[in-house]
Amino acid sequence: MGAYELDGSPYALERAALQELLDVLRAHGYTTVGPQIEHGAIVYDELHRIEELPIGWTDVQEGGSYRLERRNDDALFGYNVGPHSWKRFLSPPLRLLWRARKTEDGFEFVVDEEPPPRYAFIGVRACELHAIQQLDAIYMAGAATDKDYQRRREALFIVAVNCGKAGNTCFCASLGTGPGVGPGYDIALTELLDGEHRFVAVAGSVRGAEILETIPHRSATDADIALAEATIAQAARRMGRSLETAGLKELLYRNIDHPRWEAVAQRCLTCGACTMVCPTCFCFSIEDATDLSGQVAERWRRFDSCFTLAFSFISSGSVRTSAKARYRQWLMHKLAAWQDQFGAIGCVGCGRCITWCPVGIDITAEAAALRAEESGQLQPEPAAV
Amino acid sequence: MTAQRMAFPEAMRGSAVSPQAAQAPILSLDAFRPYRCRVAGRQQENDDTFTVELTPVGARRHAAFAPGQFNMLYIFGVGEIPISISGDPAEPDRLLHTTRAVGVVTRAMAKLREGDVIGVRGPFGTHWPLEALQGKDIVIVAGGIGLAPLRPALYYLVAHRKDYERVVLLYGARTPEDLLYRSELERWRARFDLEVYVTVDRATGDWRGNVGVVTTLIPRAPFEPRNAAALICGPEIMMRYAVQALQKRGVDATQTWLSLERNMKCGVAMCGHCQLGPHIVCRDGPVFRMDQIEHFFGRGEV
Repeated sequence: MGAYELDGSPYALERAALQELLDVLRAHGYTTVGPQIEHGAIVYDELHRIEELPIGWTDVQEGGSYRLERRNDDALFGYNVGPHSWKRFLSPPLRLLWRARKTEDGFEFVVDEEPPPRYAFIGVRACELHAIQQLDAIYMAGAATDKDYQRRREALFIVAVNCGKAGNTCFCASLGTGPGVGPGYDIALTELLDGEHRFVAVAGSVRGAEILETIPHRSATDADIALAEATIAQAARRMGRSLETAGLKELLYRNIDHPRWEAVAQRCLTCGACTMVCPTCFCFSIEDATDLSGQVAERWRRFDSCFTLAFSFISSGSVRTSAKARYRQWLMHKLAAWQDQFGAIGCVGCGRCITWCPVGIDITAEAAALRAEESGQLQPEPAAV
Repeated sequence: MTAQRMAFPEAMRGSAVSPQAAQAPILSLDAFRPYRCRVAGRQQENDDTFTVELTPVGARRHAAFAPGQFNMLYIFGVGEIPISISGDPAEPDRLLHTTRAVGVVTRAMAKLREGDVIGVRGPFGTHWPLEALQGKDIVIVAGGIGLAPLRPALYYLVAHRKDYERVVLLYGARTPEDLLYRSELERWRARFDLEVYVTVDRATGDWRGNVGVVTTLIPRAPFEPRNAAALICGPEIMMRYAVQALQKRGVDATQTWLSLERNMKCGVAMCGHCQLGPHIVCRDGPVFRMDQIEHFFGRGEV
């Protein structure tokens, strides 16, 4: 294969070409995964046919509320994000790290390595692509590498989708993480619904370009591109929320003892739902176990949440026992400490934690309240009695 | 994540592959796989605390360690915990760990006998910066099992005694029966070039020594505050008061190091458990200079 010049000029695809895209990816050995409706929510699962997408559906999100509604068109990607995120495929919630058998010399590792799954993600949003890149920094860029994650990640093919609408709990525009996708995708699509139903497609990698070449396409017109741009710009204007990032880390570090933490703890159930739906929450626990005979031991890695008491348990007990301390740990880590640890804010503005919080606690509102109270605009919210 | 990335033509170009994915370092060994070590010796230190000596199985050798670093110790099928190294850094082949039986894994460790095999990952973390403290008075403040991660520092200081001015050990335990490394303490105390002061919270039996918490030894300990460096390990509350007492004597935060305890699962800065504000204790610690953690250390539940 000779050097391939990336073609900067976008293509236009008809709707039928998307099925061909799926077919070509599957023919290349990828397991295609994409959004579909299950139990009243849009989740990510293996996708064989375009008809399995949530066609003509949209999601309506608010703090503590999520429901699907019919659109008045047949949009394939006319919604934002649901309770799933792609991390469940790249870093599965429960993963076997190794298995060992008892021997004369203590134990030996049983080698049963499987080849990593080759996923093609269909419909990765701008915020989600940023979230994947955050996980890359944590699992692959430190002194040690999560080899299983790395193998899944290197095999990954990303078909991103620019958002044409924004949800009430979305705030990616204020974080610069969307709604238009940034670098890192293989193919990026923008769905155009005015006039003929079509997609503007662009390759972001050599293999993305090669795949695009193999499916039916024409060159996108200037009008196609202008409409795509306008669609994304409109989504940016319609964000339901925003997060002010200027001086955010310092603001939070200054206010470790602010009464606001006590106030939010009155509502927080410490259920950890926010950490489960968050596309960047990366914490995991390591669990060791044996079979009943005691001859075979396994080490498992399981999603963990900083909202549990066990999370901070040391010889003298849990470090963070109060709900206040655990909520504060989560928010301060996400918005402040993450910047020191990994060089970026740990939030991508997807709004999942707001939508899926059973009591509708809003990370943007909490950060804004600290800012407002510090500048004297509001009185601290009195703690409930 | 700073630039707003929605201008369409720019967004359409993109880079060939995620930059993080392209340059990831690869460890030759799996970060989560321990290597096997045989228990070569076992010493009961007091009622619930014991020291094990670990020798690698097969051709493998222990990596060199620096005083203050820790290993993850794995008991087959039971679990894994971070334990500081308590042996001599000049003898890395004699890997020693002193442990108190308080949890599931440490209680299983307490039952280890010579010849048993356990798993080891490490060494991990930062160390007491002894090379950088030459020419200073060294004040070591240890509470209870906190003496274990400081013993490698004492071995080093004794071995390089001429490079330092006064070396002072202030050590507190709950009762005389709880004292660790008793014969070693007596040997060190007999030396003319070491100042060893021991205190207990509660005198029992024929104890005729100091009674009171270890921080009460700080005001009258023989060191020159302007030329002193302090190394502290013990319960968090004890370390807080020790820092205060040292500051009152004029040893400031830039000359004070402490070793922190946090929940740790991975040891390689991935699992998220050992955070203290911006710090990842398994990577940035466990030994910190006080001024680096001042804003977060000792604040309730951070």
